[in-house]
Amino acid sequence: MTSIKNALAGLWSLVVGMGITGKYFTAPLVTVFYPRQEAENIETYRGHVELVGKEDEAGVPLCIACGQCARQCPSQCITVSAKVAPADPAESKDGKPAKPKRLKTPGVFQLDYNLCSLCGQCVQVCPVDSLRYSNNVYFAVFTRQETNIDLLERLERQAKEGK
Amino acid sequence: MTMSPQLSSDPSDFYSQSFSKGARENTLILNMGPQHPSTHGVLRVIVELDGEYIVRAEPVLGYIHRMHEFMGQKKTYTQYLPNMGRVDYLHATAWNWAYVGAVEQLAGIEVPERAEYIRVLTCEINRICSHLVWWGAYLLDLGAFTPILYAFEDREFLLDILQRVTGSRLTYCYFRFGGVYADVDDKFIDDTRTFIQRFRKRLKMYEALVTKNFILRKRCEDIGVLSVQTARKYGCTGPVIRGSGVPYDVRRAVPYSVYPELDFEIPTFSEGDAMARYMVRLKEMEQSLRIMEQVMDRMPDGDIQGKTPKTLKPPKGETYFAVEGARGKIGVHLVSDGSATPYRVKLRAPGYSNLSCFAELSKGTLIADAVSILGSLDLVIPEIDR
Repeated sequence: MTSIKNALAGLWSLVVGMGITGKYFTAPLVTVFYPRQEAENIETYRGHVELVGKEDEAGVPLCIACGQCARQCPSQCITVSAKVAPADPAESKDGKPAKPKRLKTPGVFQLDYNLCSLCGQCVQVCPVDSLRYSNNVYFAVFTRQETNIDLLERLERQAKEGK
Repeated sequence: MTMSPQLSSDPSDFYSQSFSKGARENTLILNMGPQHPSTHGVLRVIVELDGEYIVRAEPVLGYIHRMHEFMGQKKTYTQYLPNMGRVDYLHATAWNWAYVGAVEQLAGIEVPERAEYIRVLTCEINRICSHLVWWGAYLLDLGAFTPILYAFEDREFLLDILQRVTGSRLTYCYFRFGGVYADVDDKFIDDTRTFIQRFRKRLKMYEALVTKNFILRKRCEDIGVLSVQTARKYGCTGPVIRGSGVPYDVRRAVPYSVYPELDFEIPTFSEGDAMARYMVRLKEMEQSLRIMEQVMDRMPDGDIQGKTPKTLKPPKGETYFAVEGARGKIGVHLVSDGSATPYRVKLRAPGYSNLSCFAELSKGTLIADAVSILGSLDLVIPEIDR
């Protein structure tokens, strides 16, 4: 008797399950058809880092080329070096040629996104807040070299596009 | 027949030392994994079968060993942070917390109260995420395809919520020494409250669709009964030992952060079978919702980042800090020699201890039941191998 009862209860549980499946079968769609549609949640996404431009000169970064971000990075994926001004012959002393001057602006700012783990320590350590997360969700490349991003060029391009 | 692999100059691997010589008449040695759908990653289980029954089984580890502990000795304290999100990718915030907590204990860094509450909140959200993945994947192992889609639909809401503060969706690197990376905003709180209401209804639906399902009960009840003694012997923690009736939870046993002020229960089931472990996790999700509600009501205003020295050099000494992860006790044993890099970082992964009891549990069961047992232990292989 109990076994029949159990079997009936078991069968009923399957009916209940099918009922739920039927209910959700008629419910509206929850997925989006990429690439025809885009998901709504991408504005909070934090992609690879990018440089922040000066307020009056959008193409020039705030960066002072101190290199703290490169030292802090766990994966050593940032390469920064300061721009070097050619030596001014007028400044030469005692017949010695003047030394080239190290400027407080980056000449090279490369990010190897292949190695980056998006931890954000470079963003936090930057003394002049010259780094921020980009919102670059659709970052896809064909070769590995393309993941090596020139952030200076990216900033200039963004400034031209007026972003 | 001896099966203990001994250190010798024998170049053969574990398989040939323990199993290839060991097959007897009428038995078959079968390799489950490392690329088997039911092993959730690269876990290899060697089983000796008599017909469809398992005579013995042995998990083989190390296929996704990434030297996390050694990396800890090579990087500075802060540089090691992103590693923690990648040890156990399903409950990344708990690993974040275990490491950050250990360093804070050693260096004597104070954490503001608001940061503590945010930590609890994100940790509990992440715990539900982890349990949802387990729930879907476990039922997928048992042959039910639909539940994982429901689970991932709900998880999507939580990932969106967590993305607001962490910026990523899986391998979070959110906790910092003395605080957290970003503050939660009103939308975060509102979304979480909406989710809690929605998820309470969904949990009822889960129960009607799956938990009460006749077929699931047949696959889980009285399968893989784990006695308290065995569980203790292997050092099982988390839902695995709570499914055997031991109310051991680090949040209550060794209270940390603001957990002592919060009101929540530790669900335990005494049956010790796969169903009990299943039920513990479902009840835990309800408790996590309760914790989240309380935390949002009580969250004070204030800083989210305490004072930390610019170059962190904790004093000589060692410390151990444990938190309750979705899979059990996550512990970090940290030894400092006073320099900027840790002398030793030992990571205690709960999955490792939980997996070790599999050999004993699966003895004498059908191979289909062994899949059910393996799933009910909730294994994340990258965490086990570290």
